Amino acid sequence: MTALFTHWGLEYGWAWFIATIIGILVIALPLMLAVAMIIYVDRKIWAAMALRRGPNVVGPLGLLQSFADGLKVFLQETIIPAAANRGLFLAAPIITFTVALIVWAVVPFQAGVVLSNINVGLLYVLAASSIGVYGVIISGWSSNSKYPFYSALRAAAQMVSYEVAIGFVLISVVLWSGTFNLSGIVEAQKSIYPFLPVNGFGFNILLFPMAVVFFISALAETARTPFDLTEAESELVAGYQTEYSSMSFALFWLGEYANVILMCALNAILFWGGYLPPFDWAPLYLVPGIIWLLAKMAFFFFVFSWVKATVPRYRYDQLMRLGWKIFLPLSLIWVFLVSGFLMLTRVGVPS
Amino acid sequence: MSLAQTLKAFTLWEFIGAHWKTLRYFFKAKATINYPFEKNPISPRFRGEHALRRYPNGEERCIACKLCEAICPAQAITIEAEPRDDGSRRTTRYDIDMTKCIYCGLCAEACPVDAVVEGPNFEFSTETREELIYDKAKLLDNGDRWERAIAANLAADAPYR
Repeated sequence: MTALFTHWGLEYGWAWFIATIIGILVIALPLMLAVAMIIYVDRKIWAAMALRRGPNVVGPLGLLQSFADGLKVFLQETIIPAAANRGLFLAAPIITFTVALIVWAVVPFQAGVVLSNINVGLLYVLAASSIGVYGVIISGWSSNSKYPFYSALRAAAQMVSYEVAIGFVLISVVLWSGTFNLSGIVEAQKSIYPFLPVNGFGFNILLFPMAVVFFISALAETARTPFDLTEAESELVAGYQTEYSSMSFALFWLGEYANVILMCALNAILFWGGYLPPFDWAPLYLVPGIIWLLAKMAFFFFVFSWVKATVPRYRYDQLMRLGWKIFLPLSLIWVFLVSGFLMLTRVGVPS
Repeated sequence: MSLAQTLKAFTLWEFIGAHWKTLRYFFKAKATINYPFEKNPISPRFRGEHALRRYPNGEERCIACKLCEAICPAQAITIEAEPRDDGSRRTTRYDIDMTKCIYCGLCAEACPVDAVVEGPNFEFSTETREELIYDKAKLLDNGDRWERAIAANLAADAPYR
């Protein structure tokens, strides 16, 4: 698009700037719409599994429920507690929301369609999602209230624990694909077996357990149900969101669900072929890649909701045990196995 | 942990079982009804909003015997009575405080002329507390509005009384 603007007579710098802004809007605006719809879908799936109907009154089939909720929230007053640290209190939701959005810059939607095709995309994803915890910690601390504070402590410990496991899982993916670039990782998943043409590391027997570990860690990373200790409503009111109202609350909510969608996208991209069709069969490539990616994201979001509707919350020590005593050694062993296998098959046994 | 237990844990055996169960529930018929648009059937004995009934000729049934006022365990009913111009004994005031009422139905049981009844209506929420203190006009209006349903319910329940 930059070329188009320079063709229209703009200087390169300005052309690049405008093209990037347009690219950001093209990603962020549908994402916000997707968040609204995904909240609705989440509630519907959750309700269906509890034999309830879910939202079905606002608009046809209740489709406008999220917009009605959003409008309600926008019209409310933003209350800042007297004891809160004003600046940080207002900065926290902005951090959460921004961080949830910036990661989308490196997500490949189709072959060659990515806002910023950087060669260390995966490191960028890791770095940005690690910053995400700051929003929670800052909000918990600046609220100057005990429940948000407990929630912040939990969030810090939880996200750090699971990020370690995620890191090792990603290392095995990177070892296999030989690149940190997300588009490169997707392309490396093309037809992983010569005899069985499937696209996706998840179909690889050696990497499948890592796909499962990554999925579970993604649940922990986004603080979804079995790991939603940060906002455990039966213990901590609403966790770090307790003191928030109006827009600041909505920003947390949007950021949280944008993160969930992002994790669905990462699951699809890292292990299940991203924008590639599931089978390496020519007619399937006629369907645009973004459709495949969206279909995979939709599937993973269904699984996210499904898990939320099924399992109860972990106790805090169980959460830590799973992170440090099971996922960490397991993923470490798998890094060893994967690198050993690759040494054998690609480099050969050292003589 | 034994080997079997370890295997079970690492294959997420129980998680998958639980998820299979919820998936089957996902496709089951919903247990909840679509409330404002469809409602559960209610018994003829259902004790809902109160009403004061009239005879078919339009004369109000209540004779101000105050049995309902006397039996009301929540003391929600207040009655004042005077002879009317034609000499019959009628209420000048018949108030039910719906915020006190416990919907026990004793007033309807006590009434010798089936004047005060609890009808099938359960959707009478209001925006203010004052609106829930019903006076005679409101109760008679309820009676006129719900007479057909109330009469049908009384007839259906009559064999068991």
